[in-house]
Amino acid sequence: MPGRVLVITSGKGGVGKTTTTANLGTGLAIAGQKVCLVDADIGLRNLDVVMGLENRIVYDLVEVVEGNCKLRNALIKHKRNDNLFLLPAAQTREKDAVSPEQMKGLCEQLAAEFDFVLVDSPAGIEHGFRNAIAGADEAIIVTTPEVSAVRDADRIIGMLEAHELFSPKLIINRLRPEMVKRGDMMDVQDVIEILAIDLLGVVPDDQAVIVATNRGEPVVFDEKSLSAAAYRNIVGRILGEDIPQMDFEPESMLEKLRRLVPLRFSRRKAN
Amino acid sequence: MLEFLARLFGREESSGKQAKERLRLVLVHDRASVSPHLLEMLRVDLLEVISKYMEVDEPGLEVNLEHEKDTVALVANIPIRRLKRQGSKVAH
Repeated sequence: MPGRVLVITSGKGGVGKTTTTANLGTGLAIAGQKVCLVDADIGLRNLDVVMGLENRIVYDLVEVVEGNCKLRNALIKHKRNDNLFLLPAAQTREKDAVSPEQMKGLCEQLAAEFDFVLVDSPAGIEHGFRNAIAGADEAIIVTTPEVSAVRDADRIIGMLEAHELFSPKLIINRLRPEMVKRGDMMDVQDVIEILAIDLLGVVPDDQAVIVATNRGEPVVFDEKSLSAAAYRNIVGRILGEDIPQMDFEPESMLEKLRRLVPLRFSRRKAN
Repeated sequence: MLEFLARLFGREESSGKQAKERLRLVLVHDRASVSPHLLEMLRVDLLEVISKYMEVDEPGLEVNLEHEKDTVALVANIPIRRLKRQGSKVAH
């Protein structure tokens, strides 16, 4: 059976598509799935640096499509996980170097060998976006709880439907629970209500993501961070597990204190 | 601080709620900006239905979406040449 081809898209730039692709792909590989990440952002490649694989690139997607190298020679294996591969985008080529038909063929070829093919879409709704969705069976939309990002997500949902990619799943990225609590950020329900699509998961705004990206190691490797837990939950849901949505209710000063106080003391206090 | 007090006394809506409301309005407009092709299809279908009951001045038929402040309305201007005689069977 061929693997699943998922496109990760958003419309608006800078909402975390590449970070999401890197973390979901890595998470799926950790879960034992054979995964290939495809950077479809030709001319502006980024997935390689987020994955920490930028020094290993020999060939790229365009060279594969043009027949200048074999697909298997262009795939870069991740240094920490043997299940995880990257097909990098070309950096010095124009966006129209690849056609949607060629992308479709490429995705079919990859799906024959991998359990999951994750395509990182470029921002926008032009050629690069159409390429990215051409070979996909399923779509994941990433948005942040901001007016501009949600508006673009809505537009993308319509465009996906026009290309017969129905019922995309939503990831709300960079949620700030303390701002939601103050009423200064739209909450998860607000966004779901407006877009009327299924929620795949919520990833809280987390400095650990920036630290991990600085190092070129997807944050999902970091066992302690909240965002990593959120990504692992999403990975579980993609694999069909029934995992409840995380509760990001920020802790109050008192709870924070209680957490900082040594366990034994707080337990005695609780009795 | 002033902002906090204003919110405390319910004078100002929270920015999160404002965001949701603005988004709702902007999407009403975005989603309503349907393609000319779709409007043309609607025009043809409308013509077919209305022609069952009355004779329509076909070239004069106009179908448009009109945006009001927070609503969108489908406005059709349908000049009628002649009403079909009452009691005559509706053609199917």
